[in-house]
Amino acid sequence: MTTLESMSLAGGPPKSLKNGQKLAVFLGLSSVCILLLATFGFDFPNQGFWLTASLIGILMGVIGFSWATYKGEPKGIKNHGVQFKSISGRGLWAWALGIVLTTFYIVLYFYPEYLGLVKDGPNRGLISLFDPLSRSLSGNPASQWFVYGTLYTLAILAFGIKFLWKYRHNRYQRLRTLSVMFFQTAFAFIIPEIMARLNGDLPYYDLKNIWPLNYYNFERYRVNAFIDSGDIGLGMLIFGILSILVITPLLTYFYGKRWYCSWVCGCGGLAETAGDSFRQLSDKSTFAWKVERWVVHSVLVFVVLMTTAVIYSYLGSDNSKYWLSKSQFLMGVGVLLTAIFTWVMVFRRKALKKDALYGAAGYMIIILGLLAIHGFSDAKHIFIFSSESLRKTYSFLIGSIFSGVIGTGFYPIFGNRVWCRFGCPMAAILGLQQRLFSRFRITTNGGQCISCGNCSTYCEMGIDVRAYAQKGANIVRASCVGCGICSAVCPRGVLKLENGPRKGRINPREVLLGNDVNLMELANQNSDTAY
Amino acid sequence: MHIVIIGNGISGITAARHIRKGSDYKITVVSSESDHFFSRTALMYIYMGHMKYEHTKPYEDSFWKKNRIGLMRAKVTAVVPASKSLVLEDGGALSYDKLIIASGSQPNRFGWPGQDLKGVQGLYSLQDLEALEVHAPDKKQCRRAVIVGGGLIGIELAEMLRSRNIPVTFLVRESSFWNGVLPKGESAMINEHIRQHHVDLRLGTNLKEILSDESGRARAVITDQDEEIECDLVGLTAGVRPNIGFLENSGIETDKGVLVDRYLQTNIRDVYAIGDCAQQRIPIGKRRAVEAVWYTGRMMGETLARTICGQDMEYRPGHWFNSAKFFDIEYQTYGWVSGSGSMDPEEQHFHWRHPNELLCLTIAYDVKTRKFLGINTFGIRLRHEVVDQWLTQELTIDQVLERLPEANFDPEQYRRYEGDILHTFTSNTEQTL
Repeated sequence: MTTLESMSLAGGPPKSLKNGQKLAVFLGLSSVCILLLATFGFDFPNQGFWLTASLIGILMGVIGFSWATYKGEPKGIKNHGVQFKSISGRGLWAWALGIVLTTFYIVLYFYPEYLGLVKDGPNRGLISLFDPLSRSLSGNPASQWFVYGTLYTLAILAFGIKFLWKYRHNRYQRLRTLSVMFFQTAFAFIIPEIMARLNGDLPYYDLKNIWPLNYYNFERYRVNAFIDSGDIGLGMLIFGILSILVITPLLTYFYGKRWYCSWVCGCGGLAETAGDSFRQLSDKSTFAWKVERWVVHSVLVFVVLMTTAVIYSYLGSDNSKYWLSKSQFLMGVGVLLTAIFTWVMVFRRKALKKDALYGAAGYMIIILGLLAIHGFSDAKHIFIFSSESLRKTYSFLIGSIFSGVIGTGFYPIFGNRVWCRFGCPMAAILGLQQRLFSRFRITTNGGQCISCGNCSTYCEMGIDVRAYAQKGANIVRASCVGCGICSAVCPRGVLKLENGPRKGRINPREVLLGNDVNLMELANQNSDTAY
Repeated sequence: MHIVIIGNGISGITAARHIRKGSDYKITVVSSESDHFFSRTALMYIYMGHMKYEHTKPYEDSFWKKNRIGLMRAKVTAVVPASKSLVLEDGGALSYDKLIIASGSQPNRFGWPGQDLKGVQGLYSLQDLEALEVHAPDKKQCRRAVIVGGGLIGIELAEMLRSRNIPVTFLVRESSFWNGVLPKGESAMINEHIRQHHVDLRLGTNLKEILSDESGRARAVITDQDEEIECDLVGLTAGVRPNIGFLENSGIETDKGVLVDRYLQTNIRDVYAIGDCAQQRIPIGKRRAVEAVWYTGRMMGETLARTICGQDMEYRPGHWFNSAKFFDIEYQTYGWVSGSGSMDPEEQHFHWRHPNELLCLTIAYDVKTRKFLGINTFGIRLRHEVVDQWLTQELTIDQVLERLPEANFDPEQYRRYEGDILHTFTSNTEQTL
């Protein structure tokens, strides 16, 4: 329908900004300019003042924009013009923003000296502007990560307020957003800084950042620091291990992976707030789905192997250094994975269907990797790769390029959940849990679907929600982060996120409710027996 | 066996999909409107910028080839049952073994003077949407729009135009919006909500004439109160009628729509009609003979596919249900709740409205037996399956109110009103006793 597209461009749906919005954008951008000036070496006399002015200016800019946008508008879905606007419709502004963001990430990860980081000396530039704030929290000068953390938290708070305004009619959305704002501010930003002030030996630890998202959590320097900091440190280490082995599966069983991905996680928090305007850009094709499953599970295999190799490399050959010896550890990992895999194969074979083969392949690769670590390795090598180079490769490819540069930098082009969907190993684990043994599902409401496609369009994970809804089938997908926007934008009340008994959770339907009961029974007979 | 389906809307496509599931017949779907099936109900969202046309297609373009469903972009101008063939506008012909007519609707025009002027249009097809982009791209080129006809399409068109800040005057023949279908309290709430969206709502007002400028474009309307309202667009949304002009002289029996029996078969063997264009010879229960509703179109498609695949199946829609959205207010209905004008003496309504929020509900019941007849909700979602069961089990209104929480389908964490509703009902009853 090229005609429709071209006419939309020629026609004038309201995509221009109101005066209030323009003013707010000006305020926000001027405040960003303070940061830019600092970056390019302008020496601000009173750093504390200018930093405060800049941060508050950005906050007020976003809040002012929301005020101008939603003030006086009746409560309800606010998607007018989303597809027409340059910033949310992959126009010029979207590309410009994408380039700015990716540049920022490249500088942040690989050239922090341009932000003013000085090795063995006082900070300069942008980072020094943040020194007063950092000192007031932890007592230490700022680092590039402190600058990033502050701006990240600010983005979640400011755009969180915008989101709260936009969805003020929806209590689920409000609570969820308050939750991500809280966890980011308290757990990711303030608590670790305060802990650093109280106990300088503790490693920086955002407690909600769970391995394998926090892929470096069990590296030698951290584990040593945990152990050396007495009971608190030990407690934190144990919490880190319990998080992934016990807490995560338990909560996912009850609530689905949403408890983490769209209520707690920092990456999810940014995606849901600052990234909200870009959710419609996710690719819904079956091809993208295929790519997603391959890539995200490969990352999972990669991170399991990498972490195992790294831990293996510093454990001793007996128990004198750590509680575990090299071989005990390797054996433990092998047994755990085998137990999980056996359970899945025995009890969930049908649910996995043809993917079972891929799952088996992934499992085999890991086990072979473990054997390789054991058999062919000296302390530092697996085959020809040193564990250190594995770690570096992962950190570079996944930790920096994928999660930062592509994951966030390309928000305006690929949508706000590229990292969560294609790259995050944590999401992969939670996804498997959600698909295989959770009580969570999105229920579709009998025959009420009109196939309009709002749900699929606004699914940030690229799930074709409509494909299920119009069949009357519940949505039980590994990737669903439970943001609830599909349910919010549905004009006919068809979708409901809920936790319930596992029986009947997956329910393909041949004929929908509304028809004669006999026809429904006849037609649904066969499909009901399928898992 | 070659099955030809005229129309690629929800009815025709549902039939095609289910015939494919149940058989290996050759299937050809003919449409003059679009290359692929799209969701008509989402047209409004394209204009409002919520979605692109691509998003309205429920199946990827590769789906049709993969499932061997042939798609043909052509306009059928005549059906010749004697030779089992179709005449196409481009001069071609297409022969069939079985024919399914699923040609949908077209907007009603009641012979108003000026109804064929430029800038006068309905809103049904993709072409209508394209016309709207021409006639009303923004508030500069469309300084005011007048919408004639207060039904579901009328209010959707109003919402669409308001999304581009185009001033809208909405002429509604009835004394209150859609009160032929909605009970009084609900209709009143929607009146308020329409005005809240800055629509100039004129109740009890009819269109008399559309005036033309020198270039043949609509420039104003005159109402039956002899008021002249200047406008650049006139939206005619006074309902739809079956789109069956091409069946004239074919020998296929028609009235308002194509007449069909319970097996959706026309008077001619191997010719069937489903969806908006079909008319039941004998209406089913309280249903209208012609039902231009998404859901019934889909159900007819599902049913007919069984018959075509050799398992003769009567069309027996279950309990009536429907839904809509009026600007920000979602509406669902199950069973029968009569509008304010058309209530049987036995039908009684219990109405509840939230004191400040735009939420309300009406339950219809039989005053003698207290049997539950139907329910309307506004701003509260209900679980289809549960209410459907209540209707089948013929619960009383008292039982329904007790069990109302089971049917709630609102998102988690939403405030619940069942207690309040039950309380209102009990205190009402006590008062009448």
